[in-house]
Amino acid sequence: MEDVLQIKTVSKHFGGFTALSGVTLSVMRGERLGLIGPNGSGKTTLINCISGSLLNDEGDIHFKGEQISKLPAYQRTRRGISRSFQIPRPFRSMTVLENLLVPLSYVRGITGRQADEIAEDILKGMGLAYKMNAECSQLSQVELRKLELARAMAAKPELLISDEAMAGLAGAEIDEVLAILFSLNEQGITIIMIEHIMQAVMAFSQRVVCLDAGQIICEGTPKEVVANEYVQRAYLGD
Amino acid sequence: MRYWTACLVIVLGMSALAFSGINNYFFFAGFVVLQAVVLATAWNILGGYAGYVNFGVPAFFGAGAYMALFLHLSLDAPLIVQILGAALLTGMIGLLVGLLTVRLRGIFFSIATVALIFIFETLVVNSRYLGGATGLQLTQPSPIIFENYQRGLVVLMTIMAVVAVSLARYIQESHIGRGLRAVRDSEEAAECSGVPTLKLKLLACTVSCALLGAAGAPMPMYLSYIEPASTFNLLYAISALAMPIIGGMSHWIGPVIGALIIASLQQLVTVTISSELSVLVVGVLLVVFVVAAPDGIVGLVKRWKTSSK
Repeated sequence: MEDVLQIKTVSKHFGGFTALSGVTLSVMRGERLGLIGPNGSGKTTLINCISGSLLNDEGDIHFKGEQISKLPAYQRTRRGISRSFQIPRPFRSMTVLENLLVPLSYVRGITGRQADEIAEDILKGMGLAYKMNAECSQLSQVELRKLELARAMAAKPELLISDEAMAGLAGAEIDEVLAILFSLNEQGITIIMIEHIMQAVMAFSQRVVCLDAGQIICEGTPKEVVANEYVQRAYLGD
Repeated sequence: MRYWTACLVIVLGMSALAFSGINNYFFFAGFVVLQAVVLATAWNILGGYAGYVNFGVPAFFGAGAYMALFLHLSLDAPLIVQILGAALLTGMIGLLVGLLTVRLRGIFFSIATVALIFIFETLVVNSRYLGGATGLQLTQPSPIIFENYQRGLVVLMTIMAVVAVSLARYIQESHIGRGLRAVRDSEEAAECSGVPTLKLKLLACTVSCALLGAAGAPMPMYLSYIEPASTFNLLYAISALAMPIIGGMSHWIGPVIGALIIASLQQLVTVTISSELSVLVVGVLLVVFVVAAPDGIVGLVKRWKTSSK
């Protein structure tokens, strides 16, 4: 299978602090990749660099063969990279449905009744259609997570980055979000999942990459990564 | 269709009044109220829709007034050319200021815009051609259609208010408005939803500043006098901000309601009590609304409609 995303020796510095140091990684089309690492390991910085929220200082990022390192985030979204946020960031002045109309009009150029219908379909797929006319302030935590994913899906991505979509959720809710991510992957969407809930990462990922101190310390199948000595040391200490 | 019919009725109604024998003070006060509608609507395009609080309203308003004066003195340009020239100049300044400042968020953007007031005022104070610190006395041209010049100015300001409100309404109802709301709610999420945030903010900044300048352009002829201290008065910034907050910032009608209430009330208090107290009225109402109804009158009506369902 071809690589949809190629990250080559990407580094990011914040003043004197190095958040990412020479990260090289490829993601195949249709793959389910888990990105793990202890707090402060650079996971969110890496996906911020991929989505365009941050520009990398060194290295290159290629998406579908195109160099995207210097593109602003909205251009990357229009090329097929969508993301959800660790802390949900709904457009609070809009209803649930209206939240989806933003990427529908700006990324896909669809407006009016057609946009409403597509948005409704996406919300049905997420099990959120019953709240489509609700204000975002009326949503529970799991509903906000679903809205994040629904809004990302409205941009019709080829690569979806899910940033801790299950953080703070209970057991049944985790299964619900996990099922959504599986179904999106079955539709052909490549998914990078950042997660602290190891059970979810292990169940979901075909391949897992572990970051520590801004560097990749291990890469392999979930079983291989869990058994890796460096990973255990990064999580548990010496 | 109902909207455009209402606009036509307002313009024709004001024109009919201008031909009637109503006391001239009505037109003197009417001009100020309509100017407030333009200022509040213009401010709301950037401040209300995009969430970027512009405290530099007097800078753009004053720049518009002095551009009109410059065109009058140098080219003897008709008022309509003065207004267009003022809008063009302040729109360009807005674009430039936007390029330099809209990357700043929150209080930093607001402080940057305040600095503009002092820059422009200092430039005018040091320009002998524009009257310097003492200002200039002007003679109103002879009236063309109406009985006196001021009545014509009120009709013109009515048209300007209709243009400003229509523009704000179009922006709100188009995908531009939705994009600006997304920027206000979460700029990063908006950008990651495909919204070109910088372009939209620059557009909002340019349109807003152009309208603020246009609102200031008829001012020298309206007063037959212009001087920098009152033209660049900070009170314009407070009023332009207070009116949308009181009316409601989420809808184009909010600044219109706020401006009609506040400016009319101020005129009433100025005539019946004192001009100093009219400032107090704005302050008190602003505090009351910020505390009790942060979504303004539009928000109150929405809440009342929802609860009565």
